[in-house]
Amino acid sequence: MELDALTLSRFQFALTVAFHYLFPPLTIGLGVIMVYTEGKFLRTKDPQYEALTRFLTRIFAVTFAMGVASGIVMEFQFGTNWSTYSRYVGDVFGSALAAEGIFAFFLESGFLAVLVFGWDRVSPKMHFFSTCMVSLGSMFSAIWIVVANSWQQTPAGHKIVEFGTGQRAEITSFWELVFNPSSMHRLGHVLLGAFILGSFFVMSISAYYILKKRFEEPAKRMFSAALGLGTVAAILAAFSGHFQAATVAETQPSKLAAFEGLFHTPKEGEGAPLYIIGFPDQENRTVNAGIAVPGLLSWLVYGDMGRPVAGLDQFPPDEWPPVALTFYSYHIMVLLGVFFIVITLLAQFLRWRGTLFQTRWLMWVFVFAIVGPYIANQLGWMAAEVGRQPWVVYGLLKTADAFSPTVPAAQIATSIALFIVIYSLLFFLWLYVLNNKIQQGPVELEAAGAKREVGFFEAAAEAAGKEHLTGSEVTEDVAEREEE
Amino acid sequence: MELSLNLVWFILLGVLLTGYAILDGFDLGVGILHPLAKTDTERRIFMNSIGPLWDGNEVWLVTFGGALFAAFPEAYATAFSSFYLAFMLLLFALIFRAVSMEFRSKLEVPGWRRFWDYSFFVASAVATLLFGVAVGNAMQGLAIGADREYVGSFFDLLRPYPLLVGALAVALFAMHGSIYLYLKTEGELQERIHGWMWRTFGAFMALYMLVTIVTLITVPNATKNFETLPISWVVVLLNVLAIANIPRAIYLGKPGYAFVSSCCTIAALNFLFGVALFPNLLVSSLSPDWSLTIYNAASSQKTLGIMLIIAIIGMPFVLAYTSVIYWVFRGKVQIGKFSY
Repeated sequence: MELDALTLSRFQFALTVAFHYLFPPLTIGLGVIMVYTEGKFLRTKDPQYEALTRFLTRIFAVTFAMGVASGIVMEFQFGTNWSTYSRYVGDVFGSALAAEGIFAFFLESGFLAVLVFGWDRVSPKMHFFSTCMVSLGSMFSAIWIVVANSWQQTPAGHKIVEFGTGQRAEITSFWELVFNPSSMHRLGHVLLGAFILGSFFVMSISAYYILKKRFEEPAKRMFSAALGLGTVAAILAAFSGHFQAATVAETQPSKLAAFEGLFHTPKEGEGAPLYIIGFPDQENRTVNAGIAVPGLLSWLVYGDMGRPVAGLDQFPPDEWPPVALTFYSYHIMVLLGVFFIVITLLAQFLRWRGTLFQTRWLMWVFVFAIVGPYIANQLGWMAAEVGRQPWVVYGLLKTADAFSPTVPAAQIATSIALFIVIYSLLFFLWLYVLNNKIQQGPVELEAAGAKREVGFFEAAAEAAGKEHLTGSEVTEDVAEREEE
Repeated sequence: MELSLNLVWFILLGVLLTGYAILDGFDLGVGILHPLAKTDTERRIFMNSIGPLWDGNEVWLVTFGGALFAAFPEAYATAFSSFYLAFMLLLFALIFRAVSMEFRSKLEVPGWRRFWDYSFFVASAVATLLFGVAVGNAMQGLAIGADREYVGSFFDLLRPYPLLVGALAVALFAMHGSIYLYLKTEGELQERIHGWMWRTFGAFMALYMLVTIVTLITVPNATKNFETLPISWVVVLLNVLAIANIPRAIYLGKPGYAFVSSCCTIAALNFLFGVALFPNLLVSSLSPDWSLTIYNAASSQKTLGIMLIIAIIGMPFVLAYTSVIYWVFRGKVQIGKFSY
């Protein structure tokens, strides 16, 4: 592969967007859980819920800062690396981006200040209101970005005109742009993916506390709340994924064919198979060692096992997406989705039986299961974006025609090298600070002194291997263990 | 000059840029002054004086970028791709600024804190310098060809005039930041900051006069619009008054007025910059026909109209909660449990 400006720009975009997307889904998911815990606190006045909210806020804040810092890169990059694209889509894409700035960013960043720094400055109700606004803002942001991206997938509400030094898309209907054929399905799926990530993140921390017998009572509450959200979101994500795939079949048939490794269009009456697993071979146009359910793809798309689905042979080979990458990212995402449903339902069942928190192996699974939603969220975007290739705007503008013609490859390579260094540094710092916060836990419970619950302190003392500890001693002890 | 949607968006972009320069200006200024803080507590006071606000302030820049993309995509594409390295440098500066505040106080290790202190200072200074350099280049014009692409190199951007404007920006934000810090601090630290206000004002004054003279001599187009828009002279006068009021207010012990005057100075300078540029967004130094203007670089009228509706609905909310946030976090900095 030649390292020209196009390839480098594509790599840079993939790198920066993948890094950025580590953070927004977590803030979206955590935001919902924080609204729940703080709402509970307002109703019950139980200090445990307040401590939990404050604890989650600290994690939210550091993640949010990373999201802001890496997000500004995305906005700049359209102009720096993809100037031809920017000229082409500005008229359409721009209004969605401007709406994001006005409606989402200001709301989110403004109220975040109250959320993080305002505990002692505003009333509890005002603080709760701020939490709701931050959560809402993070979702507004997703709405406009998904709308803009969906227009690239299924363009609508525009016309192509000659302008300046080339062509561009001009808006004809704002609402057709916003409600383009794929935007609402995709938005639902993206938000559900974020909810799954947020809930698994919280369950991972809670399970860890439960296993280590620290903060057990609040951890159980936090786990239960997150499990509720996670179960609902995992099940709904399967449905939303299904409807989305049906839309893709209709609007981006080459992408669906790549999702499913469907190289050949089946004959009338035969129906298309659904591969559970397999290894697509683009060269020989076949899926190796595949396990497939005959006709299932046709049934899922059309509700008719015999109706053929368009295969890649319907398209000229130079308009094929990279099949293997699309196939794997899509399939692994789907398999992970099944795993989320199974594991949350199992946890719900054990919770109903009353043995969930004693099932140590399952708690350990949940500690590490957080990796799953992370991979699934990343792969979801990858499947959507790689599956759209070679188009940057489906059917209208090819990626190869969209980059900045004047930027030397050497400059892009330099910036990529710097991005890799800086992003690696930031990623490890983020993990480090996150770990720090998690090890500290909801410290306000200890500070609360008299209000504390005996159960929790006994557990904390037990974890520390001592009989009786005061709040400050526990804190010191935790700090000591961290140093080790 | 009729009020077209193109002109409205030129003005609105000016408003966003002014909002950004005034608001992020003081927190960038705090970053530039950061090395002058002596103790760890003082450094924490500095960072916490802007802690709840800097992120919201930066949103003005993000929204400015988004609005430029939407309203004048050709200018956005040309500027951002032409100045690739400059924008990457700015991005790295903004990233480091954001995370240095977030990470600095998370650990008590001196080396850790020193690293983030330096990165906070360098990032703030570099970002400010780059903004000034960008303004200087916009004033002086750039080698933009008929194909709307820049034909110069990164180092052509660092000519003497833009660098001079960059230095002016650093002095201006340092002054703006010092007045802000004076408002937010107490006691012995505040007394020291009192001296900084004078010194940064002196530096700003010297550079302001120098830039004005150099502009009048070397950038003939800078004042051509004053003939069609004589009201600009009023702004020049207001600008001079605002600048003059800064030392007066400091001397009288009314730092609040000094801060307002500093804000007005920034607004006036932005206005004059806009007048000098109009109707261009990017001036081609090769041929005036190749300049990108608010007409030949704009989105369609329909898009500009839609965006105006979005702005009209959104801006009152933005202003309302910006005011609420600033009100909530009024008063002197207190270092507490939730501080950086």
